[in-house]
Amino acid sequence: MKIIDTFRYARDAATGTPLRTSLLIMAMSIGVAAVVVLTALGDGARRYVVGEFSAIGSNLVIVLPGRSETRGFNPANLITSTPRDLTLDDATALLRLPGVERIAPILIATTEINASGKLREAMLLGTSADYIRVRKQKLALGRFLTKDDLGHGAAEVVLGATIRREVFGSENPLGKTVRVGDRRLRVIGVLAEGGQGMGMTSDELLIVPVATAQAMLNSNTLFRILVESRSREQIGEVKARVLKMITQRHEGEEDVTVITQDAVLKTFDKILNVLTLGVAGIAGISLAVAGILVMNVMLVSVTQRTAEIGLLKALGATSAAVRQLFMVEAVLLSLTGAVVGIALGYLGAAILRDFYPTFPAYPPLWAVLAGLGTALVSGLVFGVMPARRAAQLDPIQALSKR
Amino acid sequence: MPESESLIALNQIDRTFYLGDSQVHALRKVNLTIAPGEYIAVMGPSGSGKSTLLNLIGLLDRPDAGGYQLEGRDVTTLAPDEQAKVRSERIGFIFQSFHLVPRLTAAANIELPLILAGMSVAERTKRVTQALQEYGLTDRAQHRPNELSGGQRQRVAIARATVQRPAVLLADEPTGNLDRVTGEEVVRLLEALNAQGMTLIVVTHDHALGARARRQIKMEDGVIVSDITRAPEPTGIGVC
Repeated sequence: MKIIDTFRYARDAATGTPLRTSLLIMAMSIGVAAVVVLTALGDGARRYVVGEFSAIGSNLVIVLPGRSETRGFNPANLITSTPRDLTLDDATALLRLPGVERIAPILIATTEINASGKLREAMLLGTSADYIRVRKQKLALGRFLTKDDLGHGAAEVVLGATIRREVFGSENPLGKTVRVGDRRLRVIGVLAEGGQGMGMTSDELLIVPVATAQAMLNSNTLFRILVESRSREQIGEVKARVLKMITQRHEGEEDVTVITQDAVLKTFDKILNVLTLGVAGIAGISLAVAGILVMNVMLVSVTQRTAEIGLLKALGATSAAVRQLFMVEAVLLSLTGAVVGIALGYLGAAILRDFYPTFPAYPPLWAVLAGLGTALVSGLVFGVMPARRAAQLDPIQALSKR
Repeated sequence: MPESESLIALNQIDRTFYLGDSQVHALRKVNLTIAPGEYIAVMGPSGSGKSTLLNLIGLLDRPDAGGYQLEGRDVTTLAPDEQAKVRSERIGFIFQSFHLVPRLTAAANIELPLILAGMSVAERTKRVTQALQEYGLTDRAQHRPNELSGGQRQRVAIARATVQRPAVLLADEPTGNLDRVTGEEVVRLLEALNAQGMTLIVVTHDHALGARARRQIKMEDGVIVSDITRAPEPTGIGVC
């Protein structure tokens, strides 16, 4: 018997009983669709988190004041319990380190903006000209802070998109003067909408030169320093150099914490990957159930088609040919179910993305292939027993049945 | 009427079935020689072993003892797959209940043995078209069995049994499910095939049908009790 004829015969046998076949395909497709949708959710969560972290900027080393103590109690802590502050001088010193591309000192406080008779709360962010490139943000209007000495505090402000809209409406804010806290600042630019990272939006920010911010807040400390290394490979070295430099400048006291975005990212990536795998495994159970259903249906089919099997043997079919017919039918049913399931899964994921546009619920390729593979294997494995039973039927008894 | 070269030669065939703890001797030391082109009716009461004999000749069953030569070749020792090949090429079956595959059209049912033999599509189509023509089924080709009359169904079954041009046609009560007129038609069809040289073996309860065969074999309790060959005349009175 030719392979193409085997396939055609098996296909006709399957389509000959439309209800049974469609129910079976439905069961299999639900299993596969569950795998596809659930892994899309899991992987989407992973991508979402990774994306949020990446939005801070790539190749970043972040310096925070204060030590996160992991070495237990140290008597030295009793004497020097207060960590030294991070200062602008620290930031300038870091810029000179090899492997460092840019730095952006950061100072954050809440403040008020007062313009055209409106008063509004806002976040004040003091930083340098490089901030916009370190954080990979875009301008909608005007220009960003001027690139000059960090200590130079110009009376300029860059507005977040929401602030601009709520304070100025459709008016062009460039060149206008606003009152921030007790200072009068000139608006020189507006950030593009939708800048994000770590769940904090840039739309509500007022960005001023770091020296201006320090003067406004009457403080000389920094909230943190963002350091961008020249390349991804250099992150480790830069981190070590930054820590050494700050320690040196703080009289040998290691009183800052240096974290890399990479390390945080990797941890999240790992956790969420495991989560996705776990979810896929749970969905896989439904595939196994569908496989057992395939076996059950095929066994019933063998019983129903006893006379046909006997006839095939009388007409010269070998046991192998009969076995093949039933195996191919089982595999065809499983595969069709899998293909329908993948289509349903993609549809489900698309619907999810439609409802939550920010959530990248794309099913990963490995999950789709695994779903297809599991369906195929379950068709093969659970098809063996019915096919063998069919092949072993005694043709005389089979034919005597009406 | 054994000729120099026999088509079928059964030698001391034994076949015993076990039903629970009781033994049923379906065939006891049966000897039978059949020449090519013979027309044989096998008759006898239920359980006399005539169906078992037919199954053995058709290689659906194996004897417990004895030898079976088909066209001079010992077929009892063949592997199952080789027996399947012999069935496919040399033997045609016709059943009382037709055994057509319900979901397949008349044409597809006739094509089935050719598909199983692995024949090419072009050759298959040619042969099926020819068979449909020969049996007057051309306008019924695309009908499914449930859309055919009993006579048409049996004609499809006969077309299927003969499409591979077998040496032996084995018919188990071929008219059992048909009324007298259609039964008559089917029998004439089978006899026409026999007239073309195909060996025809019919198992039947029907004396009228059995009486038409040139050679009549009567069985009882697994033994051939009479084996009569009458002079080859087109019509005559059967001797039972």
